[in-house]
Amino acid sequence: MNDFFLSAAGIILFTVAVGLVRVLSGPTNADRIMATQLLGTGGITSLLLVASATGVRGVDDVALGLALLAAFAAIAFVDNVAAPDSDTSKGDRTE
Amino acid sequence: MNVLLDLFSVIAICFGTFFFLAGTAGLLRFPDALSRLHALTKADNLGVGLIVLGLLPHAGSLLAALKLVAIWALIQLAGATSAQLIARAIRRSG
Amino acid sequence: MSILQILDIGLAGLVLAVAAWTVFARDAFAAVVGFVAYGLLLSLVWVRLFAVDVALTEAAIGSGVTGVLLIGAAGRLRKLEASGGDDELPGASLRLFAAALCIFVTLVLAGVVLSLPDPGPTLAPEAARHLAETGLGNPITAVLLSYRSFDTMLEKVVLVLAVVGVWSLAADQYWGGAAGNPRGAEPDGTRALLAQVLPPLGILIGIHMVWVGADEPGGAFQGGAILAAMWMITMMAGLTEMPSIRSRLLRLVLVAGPAVFVAVGVAGVAFASGVFAYPTGFAKPLILFIEAFMTLSIAVTLPVLVAGPPKRLRQQ
Repeated sequence: MNDFFLSAAGIILFTVAVGLVRVLSGPTNADRIMATQLLGTGGITSLLLVASATGVRGVDDVALGLALLAAFAAIAFVDNVAAPDSDTSKGDRTE
Repeated sequence: MNVLLDLFSVIAICFGTFFFLAGTAGLLRFPDALSRLHALTKADNLGVGLIVLGLLPHAGSLLAALKLVAIWALIQLAGATSAQLIARAIRRSG
Repeated sequence: MSILQILDIGLAGLVLAVAAWTVFARDAFAAVVGFVAYGLLLSLVWVRLFAVDVALTEAAIGSGVTGVLLIGAAGRLRKLEASGGDDELPGASLRLFAAALCIFVTLVLAGVVLSLPDPGPTLAPEAARHLAETGLGNPITAVLLSYRSFDTMLEKVVLVLAVVGVWSLAADQYWGGAAGNPRGAEPDGTRALLAQVLPPLGILIGIHMVWVGADEPGGAFQGGAILAAMWMITMMAGLTEMPSIRSRLLRLVLVAGPAVFVAVGVAGVAFASGVFAYPTGFAKPLILFIEAFMTLSIAVTLPVLVAGPPKRLRQQ
């Protein structure tokens, strides 16, 4: 069973890593952030599978932390990169 | 009973892995950004969900099982909100 | 070759590929996205190296604080580029010099790693032998807060100095004001939902990480970084605001961790065998006491650093 978990983890990690091609090619920055989002979910999932197979303590907390913060990169992207014109933070550009 | 549970795990994890494959294929092959976003959410929802389901019988303790479900729920929440925000950003820009 | 080994080799190759992409990417945002992915892969690597405490730190800091900080920086650089600022590349000779310097440092590091004796010098058995005296179960917490607690205290002081450094960048007229929120767009329902559902769970998880840190992987920094991210998400959704840098409470919380740490350390002269020594039998409660305040300070320090210097006038 453990070998099966590890194989599944390997396949998922490899799959989402192939998806990282979108970080390279884009074409839009939204595609880039989507590829990291997929790497995030794939990474968390393979972490769970590896944790179940190897029984290292505390790995579930790593996955929990990653899952908790999974949306942060997307939100920062939408706020800072996707819409630079609609920046409303006052005094940002004043000298 | 054990064999049945193992079989259940194998099937669930195989299906979950399939959804990751499908999500990545969509991300790479779909023609425009909004369709690619749509493909991505399938991996988030069903991929993680099915694999968590497959791991539940092996969780060992109630706390560990609860953590697995919490991880799935958190990924759902993050996936849903970030898909919404990214989609809005895509529509604004093009 | 076992499946685990194949997985490890694949992971290592992936880390190298993403690292190369981050270095060679021409576009700042593409490089930052690569770096975020790199951080994520790195936390998987730390798990495989059985350094779960480090993996937790990387996960909490990398996807929360530094991710937001770097993507924000990429956004600002883009604005500079758009407004035609000085974005020309440095000269060829300077770039060659930088490349040569990087290659030299890499070669020296590789040489040092390869010339390490096998097995490497280690204090691990020594650390494990005295673990019982601290009452802790996690040797990493014992190293950080007992064996070399003085170093850890100084690391927390460095964080306070970093805040002083960031605040000192404020323009004169904004001194005493508040930092701009790390958000750009108007508040909206999606973000507000996330900012209302996530923090209760996140605070629970953050405190859990600190609490289990005594015996299992975890600790003040990991938990504090999670709590910091939770405060940041409420600010990113526009539900809370960064307080004025004049705020007594803000300043008090910023220094609480290092201050309590120093106080307990100095009290060691009177109650134990010396500075930064713990009285026998009281090590674990004292360590948890220090960690509680350190968590609070870290949770406030990191968002303050991400928010940057004050950019708004003080509200009357």
